[in-house]
Amino acid sequence: MQKIIEGLRLGIYQTFILENNYKYFINGLGITLLVTASALILGLILGIFVAIVRSAHDQQPQNRRNPLLGILNIICRLYLTVIRGTPSMVQLLIMWFVIWASARATDGNMIRCAILSFGINSGAYIAEIVRSGIMSIDKGQMEAGRSLGLTYAATMKGVIIPQAFKNVLPALGNEMITLLKETSIVTVIGLKDLTKGAMIIQSKTYQALVPFLAIAAIYLVMVLFLTWVMDKVERRMRESDIR
Amino acid sequence: MKKIIAFMTAAVMTAGLLSGCGSSSAEATTAAETTAAATTAAETEAAAETEAAAAEAAQLKTVTDGILTMGTNAAFPPYEYYDGDKIVGIDAEVAEAVAEKLGLKLEIVDMDFSSIITSVQTGKVDIGVAGMTVTEERLQNVNFSDTYSTGVQVVIVPEDSQITDVDGLSGALIGVQEGTTGHIYCSDDYGEENVIAYTNGATAVQALLNGKIDCVVIDKQPALKFVEANPGLKILETAYVEEDYAIAVSKDNEALLAAINGALKELTEDGTVQKVLDTYIKAE
Repeated sequence: MQKIIEGLRLGIYQTFILENNYKYFINGLGITLLVTASALILGLILGIFVAIVRSAHDQQPQNRRNPLLGILNIICRLYLTVIRGTPSMVQLLIMWFVIWASARATDGNMIRCAILSFGINSGAYIAEIVRSGIMSIDKGQMEAGRSLGLTYAATMKGVIIPQAFKNVLPALGNEMITLLKETSIVTVIGLKDLTKGAMIIQSKTYQALVPFLAIAAIYLVMVLFLTWVMDKVERRMRESDIR
Repeated sequence: MKKIIAFMTAAVMTAGLLSGCGSSSAEATTAAETTAAATTAAETEAAAETEAAAAEAAQLKTVTDGILTMGTNAAFPPYEYYDGDKIVGIDAEVAEAVAEKLGLKLEIVDMDFSSIITSVQTGKVDIGVAGMTVTEERLQNVNFSDTYSTGVQVVIVPEDSQITDVDGLSGALIGVQEGTTGHIYCSDDYGEENVIAYTNGATAVQALLNGKIDCVVIDKQPALKFVEANPGLKILETAYVEEDYAIAVSKDNEALLAAINGALKELTEDGTVQKVLDTYIKAE
């Protein structure tokens, strides 16, 4: 028992205090949060756009289909197939070593590459989440909006999307959590995020227990916070429900 | 009718899940028991005289009975690399010879370099053989055998690079392999922010070829292989650091360390180690 406590104390000392190692966690946490937040924004923009194209295409009457929408729809479906069909680590490696091969390995470039890669990846999943929300709204809502004289865009913006948003919140929260945790694979391109921080400490001090448990706890706290925020938003939105 | 079918399917799936869980937990218990037994045995052995334990090689305690498990990072030619689906190289052959002397079968596990020492420590593998240099920090966590080969850290740069000697490294973006001595020394000498750590040497060289970094600091023999395989790269004539390679063994297994040192001594004396080195490293 004495030995275990002694080992744990040494582990904590080497992981946090020795050579200011705690800085790896702080800097890494900053990068993880930056990548996650930016990728999420990019993913939301991409995802909502793709979802609107896809659902607008699918909701057209059989006999009058817009050819332009048809082409856009095919592009969106191709995007979904490719992105959802390949591992995100592979996408990141391709982005860094193939598509953006000329980039210098500065922190800024690695962060930009990670944001782009994860944003595009997340966009595909968000697109399907948002589409499921749009499709879940009864056809009558659109018909009612249109008969009141609203344009398609106005009905979408004022009637369909707000209701759809409420429906997809839990799934969206899920995607945010997944994205946050998935950013840990940026270690393969050498970006010093939270996970890389723990790996560097492990390679310097040969301590595995403390650094990995520490980042596990940090990730967990971040996810708990996200869940709490999503809960609040959900409850606020439900207030308008009269049931 | 549909409902009945759905119910039955669900029932079958649940049963499958349950049985799956059952068998795996049973396995886990057995594994735990074995580990516990092994630990007690190791303690008794450590308590006994090391010489006595080392004398009978067949009684050596290893992670898996009768097998010497070696952890390495197989992207480090010519010390260890993949030839087809087999890991070959100097370390693989030296370890093979050592295992043979000890009457054990060698099994090689490929992992990230930075995980090797932790794996040795936590008893996932018996030995770490990966062109590993003996350093103070590593000695605090594992034991090292006698050295079997020497290495030099060199700098790879593109042929048209501005960097002409080791002094030119300051301010440059340096690629290294995570956890190697090159990583440690460069971080100390040139600052953490200028050092990009990759999980293996090949990725670092790929980043250099793309112009993402200015140079790669890595051991000389792998560097030669990388330069040979990728035209447009060269090695700086001045070496960065010189060092000795050794085998990492868990601190809990003194008997294994003694046995390995014994085997290494014999292998060095009868010229086997030199022969292996000569096969992989061409005379310059």
